[in-house]
Amino acid sequence: MSEQVPEYLQYTRTHEWVRDLADGQVEIGITDHAQQALGDLVFVEMPQVGRELKAGEACAVVESVKAASDIYSPVAGRVAARNDELAKTPELINSDPYGAGWLMRVDRGSAPADGPLLTAAEYAQYVKEAG
Amino acid sequence: MSEPGLREPLIFDLSKPGRGAASQFPPAPDGAEARRTVEIPQRLRRASRPRLPEVSELQAVRHFTRLSHLNFSIDSHFYPLGSCTMKYNPKACNTYAMLPEFLSRHPLAPEPQGFLACMFELQEMLKEITGMQGVSLSPMAGAQGEFAGVAMIRAYHRARNDTARTEIIVPQAAHGTNPATATMCGCTVKEIPCDRNGGIDLAALEAVAGPATAGIMLTNPSTLGVFEHRIAEVARIVHQAGGLLYYDGANLNAILGKVRPGDMGFDVIHMNLHKTFSTPHGGGGPGSGAVGVGPRLLPYLPIPLVGCRDGRYRWLTERELPSSIGRLSGFMGNAGVNLRAYVYMRMLGRQGMVRVSEFAALNANYLMKRLTAAGYEAAYPARRASHEFIITLRNESRLFEVTAMDVAKRLLDFGVHAPTTYFPLLVPECLLIEPTETETKEELDHFCDAMSEIRREMEREPEKLRSAPHTMPVRRLDDVRAVKQLDIAWKPGR
Amino acid sequence: MPFVPHTPADVSDMLSAIGAGSIDELFDEIPEALKAGTLHGLPAALREMEVGRLLTERAAADGRLLNFIGAGAYEHHIPAPVWAIATRGEFYSAYTPYQAEASQGTLQLIYEYQSMICALTGMEAANASLYDGASALAEACLMAIRAKPESRRILIPRTVNPVYAKVAQTIARHQNVEFESTAIDRRTGRTDPDALKSSIRGNEAAALVIQQPNFFGNLEEIDELTDWAHANRLLVIAVVNPTSLAIFKPPGEWGSEESGNRGADIVCGEGQPLGVPLASGGPYFGFMATRLAHIRQMPGRIVGRTVDTEGRPGFTLTLQAREQHIRRSKATSNICTNQGLLVTAATIYLSLLGPEGLERVAASCAERTESLVQALTRIPGVAAAFETPRFHEAVLLLDRPASPVLAALAERGIAGGFDLGASHPELGHAMLVCATETKLDQDIDAYARAMRDAMQLPRGERGRPRRHHE
Repeated sequence: MSEQVPEYLQYTRTHEWVRDLADGQVEIGITDHAQQALGDLVFVEMPQVGRELKAGEACAVVESVKAASDIYSPVAGRVAARNDELAKTPELINSDPYGAGWLMRVDRGSAPADGPLLTAAEYAQYVKEAG
Repeated sequence: MSEPGLREPLIFDLSKPGRGAASQFPPAPDGAEARRTVEIPQRLRRASRPRLPEVSELQAVRHFTRLSHLNFSIDSHFYPLGSCTMKYNPKACNTYAMLPEFLSRHPLAPEPQGFLACMFELQEMLKEITGMQGVSLSPMAGAQGEFAGVAMIRAYHRARNDTARTEIIVPQAAHGTNPATATMCGCTVKEIPCDRNGGIDLAALEAVAGPATAGIMLTNPSTLGVFEHRIAEVARIVHQAGGLLYYDGANLNAILGKVRPGDMGFDVIHMNLHKTFSTPHGGGGPGSGAVGVGPRLLPYLPIPLVGCRDGRYRWLTERELPSSIGRLSGFMGNAGVNLRAYVYMRMLGRQGMVRVSEFAALNANYLMKRLTAAGYEAAYPARRASHEFIITLRNESRLFEVTAMDVAKRLLDFGVHAPTTYFPLLVPECLLIEPTETETKEELDHFCDAMSEIRREMEREPEKLRSAPHTMPVRRLDDVRAVKQLDIAWKPGR
Repeated sequence: MPFVPHTPADVSDMLSAIGAGSIDELFDEIPEALKAGTLHGLPAALREMEVGRLLTERAAADGRLLNFIGAGAYEHHIPAPVWAIATRGEFYSAYTPYQAEASQGTLQLIYEYQSMICALTGMEAANASLYDGASALAEACLMAIRAKPESRRILIPRTVNPVYAKVAQTIARHQNVEFESTAIDRRTGRTDPDALKSSIRGNEAAALVIQQPNFFGNLEEIDELTDWAHANRLLVIAVVNPTSLAIFKPPGEWGSEESGNRGADIVCGEGQPLGVPLASGGPYFGFMATRLAHIRQMPGRIVGRTVDTEGRPGFTLTLQAREQHIRRSKATSNICTNQGLLVTAATIYLSLLGPEGLERVAASCAERTESLVQALTRIPGVAAAFETPRFHEAVLLLDRPASPVLAALAERGIAGGFDLGASHPELGHAMLVCATETKLDQDIDAYARAMRDAMQLPRGERGRPRRHHE
């Protein structure tokens, strides 16, 4: 199966994607590669809105019937919103990982930029080498 | 068309109000007796009867007998389930553990000398086999034995005021209970990788071992089915860093009577009596996770254990072992399981014990040879199999688009229980195969023939594998639905 | 060779297929220096006939006592079909049902078991078992902490089985869980509500443990305790006797309607009374049930009903991502092997007894215990400690230490009870006695006669000194 790696997003080695929104917020989700590796998702555990996250901190869990995976926040900041649709329909992550399957939005405030994230090309290369 | 139903209905659907196994009921209290009862106030009583089934004795017997027919078991099928040691469970072990005097003994009644003699001798035999100095039979399963082991390691460091040691080193390929146990004991887990030949990456070990190391948890042979021959070096590194070595006895069957964990440098071990010493798996338990320790950990053994003084056996408790990590069970652990292991070990004796590992190795190496001759790829072809070995289907999965799970499910149609699949996770599309010493050459040959046939099917009709099994009471089950539409208890009126 | 089927011809055929000259060669990766020599400490092999003789002799030496001890393990009639079926090889020698298609018998049985535990406890979700009642309480405490992570403290009143409290500490203390014990109401033998109220400061505890009937056999005012706990934002962990649930209010209904939060949050207990023999302490099994809201925090295996690829119903292990084989260091517990065979026995037991049979067992136990208390308290120097409504155990107060009296009773073939002297010195010379439906009038008469003899011995005189397991 071919895996989508949209050009306009940034990525981590732990298979999260990051989308820059306005007002210093970023949206976070898991990549197409990650959702395919996990299989049908059945449960998502997400942080409370308002929680302060450090970059690289485990902040959510996605579960399929055969695997469970921690989600590490790619950036530091405060959880501004979470995708509560996923509580009822976690399969949105399978069907639309970069859209309706988003996990949460983090307010970075004036925090400085974190370590460099991967570009789409870098991430695609990383997945190819690791796999 | 009506919806297909269960092969055997739920016991609740056999129920009819007013029916029952009446000869099993105690008599209803008569008036005089009823008056003797202290009045129980209404507020503490149940408002309506629990929804338990109401069936005749024959209905119950038939229902559960029919359910039993839906299972594979050692008594009925070859069961080469890697890391589980599914060997024959001799009937004598059950028969003699279920003698009425043993069964009727209350755990708090005066200490029964005959039973305790068996437990004491079992402790002694386990000490001899493992090269350890003390054994406690109180942990109730392998995971509880692991817990006891790591808790003892922590107690040891704490007693020396060495409180910074909170890290447990675990190889990547370890059984999931190892890291889970470390967490339960309040430790953090440091995973180290394995090298190309299935051994421990010694450089990685040296890099993580240090002043925070509480210990390392290892199986040897490893979960990859190969013996870590540099174990003395591993022990040296960990001991020099100030940590202790924990032996996970999951694979003890491979080395029984050949090498003793104590001689390899381990400080503590748990044994799965339900694997190596042939007590039944019972559809998921009970097990027994006896622990053995070297001199440093003796004071911390979990209680109770059996002592002997002046020819009299007694339970040793907090009084005799004040530094013990404590109690793990309400009474004395899985006493009846321990008794079955005792009977088994007495029947094997000194020579029989060594034969276990010898013939387990013979069967495993024979299977590995035959399967590779049939075209399957061994994960570690340059190594001897221990009592088990790994086949990887990474090529087949690419060529024929079939998975290890497909092969496992198809084997069921050949009357063979599937090997362990997808463990260890390190090896892609793997089958972990453990035949045990109690299987005949004919049974092994039948298995190889089935695997050869499945290989032919892969090439010619892979769909037959993908849709397997075809002959079981059910086809593959919808695991996603099982979670999403959670149905874990029968409810009336459905 | 015991349990090894190979003929010499098999061995040589197999070795030549492998390309090895001898079996020893298969161990050539093990360094010579590490190899064990002959294990002289092991005895020679016994044939089945010989081991049978040995075990039969040892069992006979242990004999059978007329048992009136409870304290967490209870002697009940076990219908003959229970173990005749549970020891069928198809149940006895099967593995954990990971291959669902080849394990539908075990899986359906566990589903039926979970349903029965839910019915008895009045809860929504039960697991497939834990090791025993004591370790189940330890897991319940850890589960409560996970559900309420802002606190690390658990209240365990002294009315709870003291060994359970010890085991919970052994297992939970590594995760910095603190246990606080609270006093017994010495008049009623129940949890002292005032002691409880003064025990916590603000919202500092995660849960209150309530045992019903409590360790002394007395019935707690569960509605009051549950309402108090919930009003103080504590979870309620119920420790219950499964037989008693045939007649007593199920934990799922504890608390008042008005509280708006009826029911215990986690229920656990010892499953042994349901068809499992006393057998010197095990194997037994622990049961656990909870509300659906907490199911992801519950440890242990769970079986669910689903459908196969053709739409036919079937059963499979579910919610496995909580467990160690998937979640590893972040699992709810390290538990893997549970007590499956004992669950098999219990499911058959509950099917045979049904609601009416179990109710009769429970009622008979309660009545037999009252008969026993009446018979024994007629003896000078023996009195009942409490007049609180109770189930099938009672605390007796003696005019002398219980230990020599129990030793004298044992001399007369009677396991007379559990000495509370070590665990509950605040009660005085106290012992815990139990009579189940297995005790006939003649048994109670025999106990009373033996007790009369024992109490007539001069107070200083002891039977043959025997130490009791604490």
